[in-house]
Amino acid sequence: MHELSIAMSIVEMAEEEAERHGGQVSAVHLKLGALSGVVKEALLSSFEMACFDTPLAGSRLIIEEVPIVVFCGSCQTQRTLTSAQWFCCPECGTPTLEIVQGKDLEVVALEMTDDVRAQAG
Amino acid sequence: MSEPRLVEVRKNVLKANDVIARSLRERFRSAGVFVVSLVSSPGSGKTAFLEKTLTTLRPNYRVAALVGDLATENDAVRLARSQAPVKQIITGTICHLEAAMVEKSLADWDLNTLDFLFIENVGNLVCPSSYDLGENLRIVLMSVTEGEDKPLKYPTIFNSADVAVITKIDLAVAVEFDSSAACANIQAVRPGMHVFQLSTKSGEGMRDYFDFLITSLTQMRTSFSQTV
Repeated sequence: MHELSIAMSIVEMAEEEAERHGGQVSAVHLKLGALSGVVKEALLSSFEMACFDTPLAGSRLIIEEVPIVVFCGSCQTQRTLTSAQWFCCPECGTPTLEIVQGKDLEVVALEMTDDVRAQAG
Repeated sequence: MSEPRLVEVRKNVLKANDVIARSLRERFRSAGVFVVSLVSSPGSGKTAFLEKTLTTLRPNYRVAALVGDLATENDAVRLARSQAPVKQIITGTICHLEAAMVEKSLADWDLNTLDFLFIENVGNLVCPSSYDLGENLRIVLMSVTEGEDKPLKYPTIFNSADVAVITKIDLAVAVEFDSSAACANIQAVRPGMHVFQLSTKSGEGMRDYFDFLITSLTQMRTSFSQTV
């Protein structure tokens, strides 16, 4: 269960960005690859905990799940795998390990609203 | 309240770890030390395997080890019997090693005095897969007592490793271990992965593994000397 430390990194990263742009974070958009080693549900509940007592408290984590995409040498094209348990081209069956996508663990964007505290001041 | 605006970020969450891992890898490379990390579930025989590795290599190679453990120093005490330098990294509640922990532990070590450095991760087949430690080679271990479908249950860690080692093969018959099924499962999650089947206790299969390590060290040093 390393999702809490991952969630804390996300919160920290979002806080830094928010400070640069000015404003309040209402949502964090994250790309999560099927090969990232991170479990979506565990990350969602960890995020809530990680936000506690930070400027991100009450914000949402919006996760876009990214499937595993490999390059098939036989078909000479990219293929999407349906399972991490079978690294073979779903069309021709050739084993492949050329991973194009699926390890993603990336903060893509923040949804921000104007800083209420700044307005008050 | 105004409509929320979208601010693009595009930042890898593990960037901080990856940056340290990259600098570690560069340090290892210039010092000419070949770094091997070991990952497995608890009880796969990782520490016994490492003890045997250190003891066997030590007469001819300069070896050292870092050992990750949640709470105890038992592993380091066991490994110290090999007389190689061993340092324990107690991770507390953290279920995996991170590059920063490795960097901190190596602060007072002169890497130039080493040929091989082994890093034993915390016994866990999930969390360590996300963290690059700057190692040259990641070995995933599974014992014959764990069942042939371990690779299918933990595809991510097998996929992130370079080599698989099946341990305790002296027990294979007793537990009716189906070696070809296990190998097929490894190939399904990591096509082309090299698999060693061995027993730390009887020594069976260990020779191939040692030859592989020594060849890897030589290859790394040859490629480094060609680039400088």
